[in-house]
Amino acid sequence: MIEALDLLMSESLWAAVLRIATPLIFGVLGALLCERSGVLNLGIEGIMTMGAMTGWLTVYLGGDLWMGLVIAALAGALMGLLHAGLTVPLGLSQHVSGLGITLFASALAYYLYRLIVEVGETPPTIEPFRPYAVPVLSDIPVLGPVLFTQTAPTYLALVTVAVLAYVLARTPLGLAIRMTGENPHAVEAQGLNPNALRVGAVVAGSALMGLGGAFLTTAAFNSFFPEMVQGRGWICIALVVFASWQPGKALVGALLFAFFDAYQLRLQTVVEGVPYQLFLMAPYVLSIVALILVARRAEVPEALMAPYRRGER
Amino acid sequence: MTPVLELSHITKRFGPLVANEDVSLRLGQGEILALLGENGAGKTTLMNILFGHYEADEGEVRVFGETLPAGKPRAAIAAGVGMVHQHFTLAGNLSVLDNVMLGSERLSRIGSDRRAARKKLMAISERFGLPVDPDARVSKLSVGERQRVEILKALYRDARVLILDEPTAVLARPEAERLFETLRGMTQDGLSLIFISHKLHEVMAASDRVAVLRGGRMVAERATSETSSSELAELMVGRKVQRPVRQDHAIGAPVLQAERITIVEEGETRLEDISFTVNEGEILGIVGVSGNGQGALGALLSGLMAPTSGALRLNGADVGQLGPRGLIAAGAARVPEDRHAEGAVGEMTVWENAILERLRSAAFSRFGFVRRAEAKAHARELIQRFDVRGAGPDTRIRLLSGGNMQKLILGRCLATGPRFLLANQPTRGLDEGAIAAVHEELLAARAEGAAILLISEELEEAVQLSDRIQAIVKGRLSEPVAAGEADARRLGLMMAGVWDTQDAA
Ligand SMILES: Nc1ncnc2c1ncn2[C@@H]1O[C@H](COP(=O)(O)OP(=O)(O)O)[C@@H](O)[C@H]1O
Ligand SMILES: [Mg+2]
Repeated sequence: MIEALDLLMSESLWAAVLRIATPLIFGVLGALLCERSGVLNLGIEGIMTMGAMTGWLTVYLGGDLWMGLVIAALAGALMGLLHAGLTVPLGLSQHVSGLGITLFASALAYYLYRLIVEVGETPPTIEPFRPYAVPVLSDIPVLGPVLFTQTAPTYLALVTVAVLAYVLARTPLGLAIRMTGENPHAVEAQGLNPNALRVGAVVAGSALMGLGGAFLTTAAFNSFFPEMVQGRGWICIALVVFASWQPGKALVGALLFAFFDAYQLRLQTVVEGVPYQLFLMAPYVLSIVALILVARRAEVPEALMAPYRRGER
Repeated sequence: MTPVLELSHITKRFGPLVANEDVSLRLGQGEILALLGENGAGKTTLMNILFGHYEADEGEVRVFGETLPAGKPRAAIAAGVGMVHQHFTLAGNLSVLDNVMLGSERLSRIGSDRRAARKKLMAISERFGLPVDPDARVSKLSVGERQRVEILKALYRDARVLILDEPTAVLARPEAERLFETLRGMTQDGLSLIFISHKLHEVMAASDRVAVLRGGRMVAERATSETSSSELAELMVGRKVQRPVRQDHAIGAPVLQAERITIVEEGETRLEDISFTVNEGEILGIVGVSGNGQGALGALLSGLMAPTSGALRLNGADVGQLGPRGLIAAGAARVPEDRHAEGAVGEMTVWENAILERLRSAAFSRFGFVRRAEAKAHARELIQRFDVRGAGPDTRIRLLSGGNMQKLILGRCLATGPRFLLANQPTRGLDEGAIAAVHEELLAARAEGAAILLISEELEEAVQLSDRIQAIVKGRLSEPVAAGEADARRLGLMMAGVWDTQDAA
């Protein structure tokens, strides 16, 4: 018991929380941006896989790590464009299209990987992002090693939270995106094009999802394998609801889930006699509980999943 | 007068349907023009073309002499046109200020100048006498306030020409009168206005000029001072419309009886100790200012609320606890107050809606499967018998105009030959032609011996149709008066709740 509490004091636990949270932060921000404009993007799981593969492959083929992130974002954006094309101008079911994209992108990612890469006994590796100790700040006790000794994409994720929160809350573009998710007719009546805004938001959101995937292969690990996203996309979809579609709360949600995950991993080593599967389940169960507590008050964008066609009643 | 706005030779088709045919229209500086026409005449379509929501197949729009590019609301706004849509275009989860500011700043701006926007909004709100709280969430506002926000939205974008599509459809009389005063004030500020309506009295009272649209064509233009309600009515409908007159006939035995019913919901008394009887072949009218318990009464008689105490009897049997399906099975039918929310399922077809209430009856289902052919035949029969226009059995019902949807709902009720019919605001929002048709059907059902309870806010309608009238005030019912004795003064007193003091005296 004492050991379990001791764990909470360890810097390495908290550093791991941020690390585990990073792909979730990108993913949940991406999903949030799509949904704020009125489009549910269940392609997230596949888009993250695609980002993971393309980011890794870019580096494997000789690009640098930043180039890897850019390519992953572009690959995500491309998948987003496909989803947007099907659901926005064509108005197809967002569920069906999203799930289709998840299946398609996951399979395509693995196919391309096998096509291009020779896979032997063990998958080939790249040299990933190393933790970067921010000068001065990383010397602060406790906070330094936790917050300021992370890899570059983690810093990027935190900055993205602030940027997205600002854009949505404070800029005309953000207002237009939010309004599109609430009532596209209102957007049209004010002289803007709701479907263009939706396509833009879905493409940008999907690019963020791609970055989330790339973190897995360029920072958390150093190789690609097909099942590596492991349901993180689905977690992000739930986190958006948990966060009431707000970037700040999305960060909290991602950190909370990451904490459960990091903690259960360490608990496994100190608590004996409990099957480890129970620990594995814990973060998901706790997330559902948190969702139940929070989400009943959540404000769903009113036009979420309602396609908009011009000149129709 | 110099025209600020000119529509010339506009034609718009939706597939085979010609919604506007060669329509031309001019609006002068500082003028209030009423665009009058029945539901489906093409008024909204014409204004949507002007605003750029739709592209016309032929014709063009000029504002202040400049031709507007087709299909671009942004260009219309820039040219100084503002539009208040029939169905509000607001986001309920956002603030008034957000709704007003949307689209007014360049999307590439890094920040947003909310302080300046707030100042501008408050200045406009003051100048035109349209008070709002810029930080209020729109979903918390009343319909009247929402409409104010819609008008402010247009003014905020510096509209010089303002179009209002059926602005009074959602307003109570006094609110509507206040609106027209505000609009009149705006013309003094140099605005020019078009308002759409099918209500003759407000067109006569509030406009300078009237343009009448019928079946997509412009049939007449008149200076308001040189025309009359009756001339406009005839121009609008294309023939003389007369509401049918109730014939005296023998009234039968009691069908529906409410005995001292009280309904308490969540600690609030919705109906208090009400009693009434509706007899065979009789229409009982319930009049009152809206919000005085009509909702609860309607819910009680549709089986959606059960009496807390007291009894509801249909042909002697207690039906208070039956719920909607049981009540229908017992021979009661209802025309609900809000046809879109409770009367029909908009996305479903006419035939599906036609049998919704009788899904389990053997006529339309067998072994748990819907008997489509029978259902469609039934829908076709309703369409023909009740003169529902612009629809076949497979049309999605939301595409019908209000009047035609109401005729179908009424037909669905009457086809079963109900013993009792609840008609809750049966003509709200309908135009004169459709009102006459609905009245016709209600009186026909009465002649056949149905017992009908009519809830209406339109005194004229209640007096025309009812054999007896009771007023509802704060959840309580007055004693009935016979229609012959119900003059406007007496009803006015009843609706103010004055019967109480008479009891006491
Ligand atoms: N988007 C549309 N698609 C198909 N038919 C339409 C559409 N908009 C209007 N109509 C049809 O055009 C006619 C005119 O409609 P509308 O302009 O809404 O009439 P009003 O506003 O005068 O009641 C109606 O028959 C209506 O069914
Ligand atoms: Mg209309």
